Amino acid sequence: MLAQFLQFLFSGLTVGSAYALAALGFTIIYNTSGVINFAQGEFIMLGGMLAALLSGAGVPLALAIVIAVVVTCAIGLVMEKVVIEPAQNAQVVTLIIITIGASLTIRGLVQIWLGKGTHSLAPFSGDTPLVLLGASLLPQSLWVLGVSLGLVAALAWFFGRTLLGKAMLATSHNRLAAQLVGINTRRVLLLSFGLAALLGAVGGILVAPITYTAYDAGIMLGLKGFVAAVLGGLGGGVGAVAGGLILGIAEAMTAGYISSSYKDAVPFVLILLILFFMPRGLFGAKSAERV
Amino acid sequence: MKPITRLLRSRHGALLVLALVLAALPLVLPNAFYVDVAIRIALNAVVVIALNLLMGYTGQISLGHAGFYGLGAYASAALTTHFNWPPLLALAAGACATALLAWVLARPILRLKGHTLAMATLGLGIIISIVINNEQQFTGGPDGMAVPSFEVLGKAVTGETGWYAVAALMLLLMTWLALNLIDSPVGRALQAIHGSEIAARVAGVDTTRFKVRVFVLSAVVASIAGSVSAHYIGFITPGMAGFFHSIELVTMVVVGGMASVFGSILGAALLTVLPQLLQAFEGWEVVVFGVILMATMIFLPRGLVPSISLRLKGGRA
Amino acid sequence: MLTISHLGKSFGGVHAVQDVSFSVREGAIHSVIGPNGAGKTTLFNLVSGIYTPSSGSIVLRGEDVAGLSPDALARRGVSRTFQNLQVCMNMRAIDNVMVGSHLRLNQNLFASMLALPSVRRKDAACREEAAQLMDFVGVGKYIDAEASQMPYGALKRLEIARALAARPSLLLLDEPAAGLNHTETDEIETLIRKVAQSGVTVLLVEHDMKLVMNLSDHILVLDYGKTLAEGTAAEVRANPAVIAAYLGVAA
Repeated sequence: MLAQFLQFLFSGLTVGSAYALAALGFTIIYNTSGVINFAQGEFIMLGGMLAALLSGAGVPLALAIVIAVVVTCAIGLVMEKVVIEPAQNAQVVTLIIITIGASLTIRGLVQIWLGKGTHSLAPFSGDTPLVLLGASLLPQSLWVLGVSLGLVAALAWFFGRTLLGKAMLATSHNRLAAQLVGINTRRVLLLSFGLAALLGAVGGILVAPITYTAYDAGIMLGLKGFVAAVLGGLGGGVGAVAGGLILGIAEAMTAGYISSSYKDAVPFVLILLILFFMPRGLFGAKSAERV
Repeated sequence: MKPITRLLRSRHGALLVLALVLAALPLVLPNAFYVDVAIRIALNAVVVIALNLLMGYTGQISLGHAGFYGLGAYASAALTTHFNWPPLLALAAGACATALLAWVLARPILRLKGHTLAMATLGLGIIISIVINNEQQFTGGPDGMAVPSFEVLGKAVTGETGWYAVAALMLLLMTWLALNLIDSPVGRALQAIHGSEIAARVAGVDTTRFKVRVFVLSAVVASIAGSVSAHYIGFITPGMAGFFHSIELVTMVVVGGMASVFGSILGAALLTVLPQLLQAFEGWEVVVFGVILMATMIFLPRGLVPSISLRLKGGRA
Repeated sequence: MLTISHLGKSFGGVHAVQDVSFSVREGAIHSVIGPNGAGKTTLFNLVSGIYTPSSGSIVLRGEDVAGLSPDALARRGVSRTFQNLQVCMNMRAIDNVMVGSHLRLNQNLFASMLALPSVRRKDAACREEAAQLMDFVGVGKYIDAEASQMPYGALKRLEIARALAARPSLLLLDEPAAGLNHTETDEIETLIRKVAQSGVTVLLVEHDMKLVMNLSDHILVLDYGKTLAEGTAAEVRANPAVIAAYLGVAA
């Protein structure tokens, strides 16, 4: 009983960490620009696919990972420059559709270049499962949890202690005020996309050895990451991480105890429930609208 | 203004032109393949016009409308195949089920705005497509299922000409209904909700009630179009209810022109033909869709028809 | 016609309106003035149903209407304009005005889609009326124009036309002269007087003192959400507390 529960818990935490990283990416972009980046999932996919491709071509794992992250980051920056900036003051609907368009473009190009097949990435330290209290835990899971934790801590330090991080926070609270104190909000926006791409790519690379990676791996991961972000209230990092982990665990428990074929429906049922009953998410701030 | 110009400019004039074009089209198209494309365009256009009423006129976004389309398609397919229901009854049942679902969920969903609304409709559409995918005994699962022919009172609709007539009539009807609606107090109320919801409210518009009604209407139309398409194509897959199809529909609305009925028809035409053209180049379809979406939203955020007509008006002044 | 008793509205710790009471006589022009942040717009939002009071009552012609929604109040004859224009820029000017008469027209989705003759007929009559209203407020030349083509001053009047299309018994005007120059302000003053003479009770929020003093039968002065003074124009003008609030006390 306990072993089974722990099993589900571990797998939930593992995939939840990937969602958490995706959620962080969404939250960062949303906070600095108000844009919901539907292409976030593609950043995740790109990380995994590029790493798999390079590693499969013989590049040493560590180098493959670094290159994959850098390239994805660059793509994120390009995306912001080319399609987001020109549409700066557009309505919500317009921006949402633009990011959907970007997501389709990226996915389509990957499909053309790398085909529809699945690619695999070798686990970082082998695939012999560890046994913990009767439940088996893949070493890769430990990587996922560990690196995610490290990244979250790094982000906390970045936003709390560095000037650039604080500038980003300021922009997210009030863009006009930030501009007035001399913050280059355009660069902040650019950076937020780069950062979100980085987080997505790392998440994708971390889980690629566990799940499959293919041209369409980004869709579901991205959408679920978004659900996690909204769950967490689209506010601060804590919410995003909590949202991701809660979602991962909820999914794993559903797959384990109820039905595995409906596992994918969990995030969306959750999002409907949250949006209906707690639209500001679990950790979101209350706000009043002025007329 | 000369009477003939006034007629052409008015609602009835536009409808007349559309009817003439639709009547003349089969005589001009070279073979059955083109007629098939025309039928698909017409059926898509019906859904797009309805979706535009929700998105362009009332200003609400739906990223899950393919779910309703799929519901209609699968209701028709499953009820006729597994339970031997007459097709018309199955269509009606699908429409009713969709209406009920849309009505129950509309109130809580439409309380949301902007990206939260997008997310909620997205979630709804995906849940529907997952259910369709999983309930294999009724839906045939991921492999899809065949749909029997459409029979009314013993006579089946067969052949390109028969189906073309059905599709063309549906399109004409939908266009007429939409044009009437827009030029009416209800239509103005919807546009006012988009323009300034608070102003609409103080003018006495029960904004929630209207949003719900438009949402349900557009869902039911999608369902009916889905049912008819299912019988026409003869084979359906869960992808019909999927996220990408929802995005295709939104693209058609947005490219053709938000808040423009004829824009919807143009958008449906362009983006139904596109996949046909790109069939040989797998993967490019998705890329081109993506590029079109981005380019239109950046350069022509109002869509083709409104942008063109704005330029024409401006040119004359 | 309208009696406000001990009305209060708080947003968390901010007491936007506290213990405000006053009465509005039928057919008169009442004004609410006060420094910025005094709670005037909040008061308006309470009376037009956008906010629900935290305390107190709003009695309209004998009925307690506190907390009713804006459309419910519209049905009871209350109409308003907005300080920061809420004109539907996606519609034509005349359509904006016609939205005002929404409650008197057919609201059935199916009847509209089928273009039933009764719907079309009433709509045509309503269009006539809207055109007349646009003339009445002085924007007759924009009858065929898009709202987005109209200048600011004209849009302010268009909103008034829309509010009048509802044939209200109580009209709330939220800073009708904001952003207007002297000539336009004089024209608005004439318009408001015309409206009051046609039998509509007017409640006005304004900063332009000349307008307020010229038009008002009765003035309520708010400061920090509380009533500072009330009375006729002459009484209020001479009230030392009002002078102190606006001009400060001599050092």
